[in-house]
Amino acid sequence: MDNTLSAPSPARSATASGSSAATGTPVKFRGGGFQPVPVRGAAIMVFVLLIALLEAGTRSGLISNLTMPRPSAVLETLWNLAASGLLWKHLAPSLMRLLIGASLGAVAGIALGTMIGLFSLARAGLVPLISALFPIPKIALLPLFVIWFGIGESSKYALIAFGTFTPTVVATFGAVDSVDRTLIRMGQSFGLSWWSIVRKIVLPGAFPGILSGLRVSIAIAIILLVAAEMLGAEYGIGSYILEAGSLYDLERLFAGVTILSLMGLVVGSLIGLIERRFLGWRS
Amino acid sequence: MDLIVDKLGHSYGSVTVLKDISLEIPQGQIVCLVGPSGCGKSTLLRMIGGLELPESGEVRIHGTPPRDSLNPLTFVFQHFALLPWRSVADNIRLVLEDHKLGRAQEDAIIADVLNRTRLSDFAGALPKQLSGGMKQRVAIARALAVKPACMLMDEPLSALDSQTRELLMEDLVSLWSREPFTAVYVTHNLNEAVRLGHRIVVLSRRPGRVHQVVDIDVPLQERSLAMPELEARQAELWELMRAEAEAADMELIDG
Repeated sequence: MDNTLSAPSPARSATASGSSAATGTPVKFRGGGFQPVPVRGAAIMVFVLLIALLEAGTRSGLISNLTMPRPSAVLETLWNLAASGLLWKHLAPSLMRLLIGASLGAVAGIALGTMIGLFSLARAGLVPLISALFPIPKIALLPLFVIWFGIGESSKYALIAFGTFTPTVVATFGAVDSVDRTLIRMGQSFGLSWWSIVRKIVLPGAFPGILSGLRVSIAIAIILLVAAEMLGAEYGIGSYILEAGSLYDLERLFAGVTILSLMGLVVGSLIGLIERRFLGWRS
Repeated sequence: MDLIVDKLGHSYGSVTVLKDISLEIPQGQIVCLVGPSGCGKSTLLRMIGGLELPESGEVRIHGTPPRDSLNPLTFVFQHFALLPWRSVADNIRLVLEDHKLGRAQEDAIIADVLNRTRLSDFAGALPKQLSGGMKQRVAIARALAVKPACMLMDEPLSALDSQTRELLMEDLVSLWSREPFTAVYVTHNLNEAVRLGHRIVVLSRRPGRVHQVVDIDVPLQERSLAMPELEARQAELWELMRAEAEAADMELIDG
């Protein structure tokens, strides 16, 4: 053994020194994939391409002006809207309704979801009720809300709040359920008070789940905003869209829809920002 | 302060997991509980620490815990149980906050236990940045912070690789040598038991009973990795457990 180690056989040294004399086939790589990586600019490319196609199609007449407005015309409408100051007049009340309605719904939803997560009685009594409320299209209850809360702002807040409430409850109690039980046992084993355990272990542990639930809830709130503004609102993005729709003014209709999309994008990236700022601890 | 386990019994449904367990945990000693999987050693530990209720028998504290002990019976968990959103220092602060000590005293305790576990440089790190061994040292520091009268260690080194385990065993021995603590140490690793235990309690399974109690007189500091005497004791323990470990291995879960 010693001998072969110190003086390798001629055949071995030949293959080791001459790389050109390598024999055998290399092992084929078959791993990789199934691992999405961020691709910069892909999203913008999709938008630009789609809009360019529409622009070309409408300009050439391939797409009739009755079926699709010209993107440049929509942009112009948006520009005029902003320049005339009307944009803000519509946007301000909408943002106000969204803010108040969604906050009411989210706060109530998080509170009730946490209760369901913590107390057996609340869970047994309320989960079926939530399951029954969840699939109701809130828009169908519109007349009811008008009778309960009047034609003014409060019925709009109520509709948006109710729509945000149910998905937030479901997301919150799911998130509370998924908090690592060993952490809770740890808290108990160190004699932490019940309130300390809820505040310092359960709620921070549930925070990521609650936040991803809010993404969905707020998108639903934006959808319901338009529905709420069907109820005799003079100003608001929703009423702007509805008015354009009834006049078959496609440019204005699409300008309004673009604003809603942008609102969704802004909310989404705001939540992304909060996640990066407060959830850096996740591995 | 001594702990006395008196005729403890427990069953899950029709399966008796613990039967007639009586033990004494004397102050200043490390008592190791070993046994094949399914012998109820972790259940027993949770009962000693008040995290689970036994069906019969009880665990009693004999004498009073030291007055400065904030949490007389303190656990160290197998999977560390650190809050991932809190830094090392704040994980330790968590168990002090409810005691209203004031910020300055909290800081002093944290600095002291981090120093004793050689973690002072990592006070601001998040758990995700730490290796498994470091995480368990943080958990040990957290346990020391509340000045326990008895540490209840549930397979504290089982989630670590063998090299890290060796390092942490040395850490535990030096911690004990500087300031002897009382501990109940659950493990399935016989090497850990003979290195750290003053007394080793071998449990049998189904139902879990005290099979044998082995005392090791060699002082902790003098025990080392491949000491003939310890190896002989380890082999002895293995012979006691072998048949039952085999039976445990062949069993269907929930069968």
